Amino acid sequence: MTTTQLLPAARRPPRVLHNRSGRLAIRMDTRSCVVALGLLVAIVIVSAITLTTGDYHIPLLDVVRTIVGGGTATQHFIIETLRLPRLLTGLLVGAALGVGGAIFQSVSRNPLGSPDIVGFNTGSATGALLVILVWHGSMSQIAAGAVVGGVGTALVVYVLAIKRGVQGYRLILIGIGIAAMLSSVNSYLLTRADVTDAQAAAVWLTGSLNGRGWEQVRPITLALVVLLPAAAWLARNLRMLELGDDTARALGVSAERTRVTAVVVGVGLTAVATASAGPIAFIALSAPQVARRLTRVAGPNIAVSALTGAALLAASDLAAQRVFAPTQLPVGVATGAVGGLYLAWLLSREWRRGRG
Amino acid sequence: MVGRGQTARALFLLLAMVVLAAVAVLSVAVGSKGIGFGTVLHELFHYDGSDDGVVIRSLRIPRTVLGLAVGAALGLAGALMQALTRNPLADPGILGVNAGAAAAVVMAIGVLHLQDPSSYVWFALLGAAVASVLVYVLGSRGRAAATPVRLALAGAAISAVLGAFISGLVLLDQNTFNDYRFWSVGALAGRPLSVLYQTGPFLLAGGLLALGLARPLNALALGDDLGRALGAHLLRTRALGVLAITLLCGAAVAAAGPIGFVGLTVPHMARSLTGPDQRWVLPYSMVLAPILLLGSDVVGRVIARPGEIEVGIVTAFVGAPVFILLARRRVAQL
Repeated sequence: MTTTQLLPAARRPPRVLHNRSGRLAIRMDTRSCVVALGLLVAIVIVSAITLTTGDYHIPLLDVVRTIVGGGTATQHFIIETLRLPRLLTGLLVGAALGVGGAIFQSVSRNPLGSPDIVGFNTGSATGALLVILVWHGSMSQIAAGAVVGGVGTALVVYVLAIKRGVQGYRLILIGIGIAAMLSSVNSYLLTRADVTDAQAAAVWLTGSLNGRGWEQVRPITLALVVLLPAAAWLARNLRMLELGDDTARALGVSAERTRVTAVVVGVGLTAVATASAGPIAFIALSAPQVARRLTRVAGPNIAVSALTGAALLAASDLAAQRVFAPTQLPVGVATGAVGGLYLAWLLSREWRRGRG
Repeated sequence: MVGRGQTARALFLLLAMVVLAAVAVLSVAVGSKGIGFGTVLHELFHYDGSDDGVVIRSLRIPRTVLGLAVGAALGLAGALMQALTRNPLADPGILGVNAGAAAAVVMAIGVLHLQDPSSYVWFALLGAAVASVLVYVLGSRGRAAATPVRLALAGAAISAVLGAFISGLVLLDQNTFNDYRFWSVGALAGRPLSVLYQTGPFLLAGGLLALGLARPLNALALGDDLGRALGAHLLRTRALGVLAITLLCGAAVAAAGPIGFVGLTVPHMARSLTGPDQRWVLPYSMVLAPILLLGSDVVGRVIARPGEIEVGIVTAFVGAPVFILLARRRVAQL
């Protein structure tokens, strides 16, 4: 059961653009570019709807005027303090989750090898729950607890998976084991706490963008500026690694070093996302899969995965805010529903056509 | 043990049954009120209405019987599922059965305001059935049959939607959340015997169906084409298998709440003892799983005296390390 079974094959070789000396060459896949453009348009549309609608309607022109510095005080407050930072957090978190998922799935050579399954999300939930329920910490302490819990869990899983190198399957199996253990710790903590505390914790556990402001946008922007180029740089080696360790080694790629670096970058991306918005389900699992099926290119599609993740999360948050208004459901509820339905539809369509 | 004769396997199964009987007696004897083994045996056969007798008859025995039934069901369902999907990671959680049962129970609590756990039973069964049919229908789209990978992916998709539905309902209403968080841990304590009467017929039917599938499953293990050539009815075996899994898991979740890890871990242990022959793996799983479940329940009563830790939490802590060891040792065979 390797990834290849699940992937539609690339249809034609990508075009390679290079300058006259041939030193600088970029692989160009027309389909990927069209897909990326389409996703960008989708993101712009979702952003426009998010910024204009709500309890207080603001016309699109006024939104643009407010962002460039004009607008009334009310509009300024609603856009600059409430809607824009929340939207940006959503887009950035979505991008981070999409790329993190792409890296994990590539390393484990399995679409199920996303951080949700390798135990990261459950571990960060345990960390956050301990801070919320036992030490009654603040927002930033909760975020720190989540990162420590998640990174610690990922480390334990990785160390336990080492035995003459790390195999993808072993990584997933051990991740599932540790995640199951921690999720029972989580339910135990939830049953032993006061019901109000427990419910607040449950909201956090679902993953939510409610009340996110600039203090979340800044750190995640910084982290992405460092981690996204690193991921793009790793993508080539990871693509070689997907051909098998021996082939990769023959092509001059150090399998173990690439894997360790990739896991560090993937964990970093997921940790930042979780610290900002809680463990949001399904984006890391579905964004890379959606990206692969849209572009029909194998290997970790860093840019398209990032765009897909951002579009999915922003659209889900919009749905979570509007569908049950005035009740504000956490976005994790919507990502589960939207992502799950989308995956079901996608799978069903491909299978009906006789692919996959 | 792999490759050893039938006698060795049969003897080992007998040994496992003896261990199971010992664990069952332990489960009646150990608790916040310790009762000597002599008294346990005496009260079992000559009930005299003493305090110990009441504790044994009304609390410990229902709990132990429930553990035996639920454990056997989870073990069988896990083994069946791993054989059917040819997937070592298969587990009632992966095919969406637990999610379906949980979603239906949440609906019973949140929308219909039912609070008596014994009234959850029918909802859990119905939810499990609906979810597995959905997963199976989604997995069988198109001309090709439902392959293992398809079923697992379909299960992941349906579980995600149901999980979102659960968190949505649970987060909207604090009372629902409060009932749900206790149900969702998975416990054997405090369930009345009536729960067992309600779920018993389903457990029995599912168990018989599962054991009857051993031979066609052996043929299926060779791959779809070879299995068909050997005369196995792929579609019928898969459909009956899904039915058995639904009956077993639905009833088990209804009786005790979602208990993780038993269905995932036990078949691995069984296979490492017997080799791949389903005619042995299924009965072994059926005997080993209640040992794990009842043993965990006893441990949960002992380590947190005078309180208790629910069995669902203990099974994860007992099952996960075993599972991790297996994963490290035998990953080459997966």
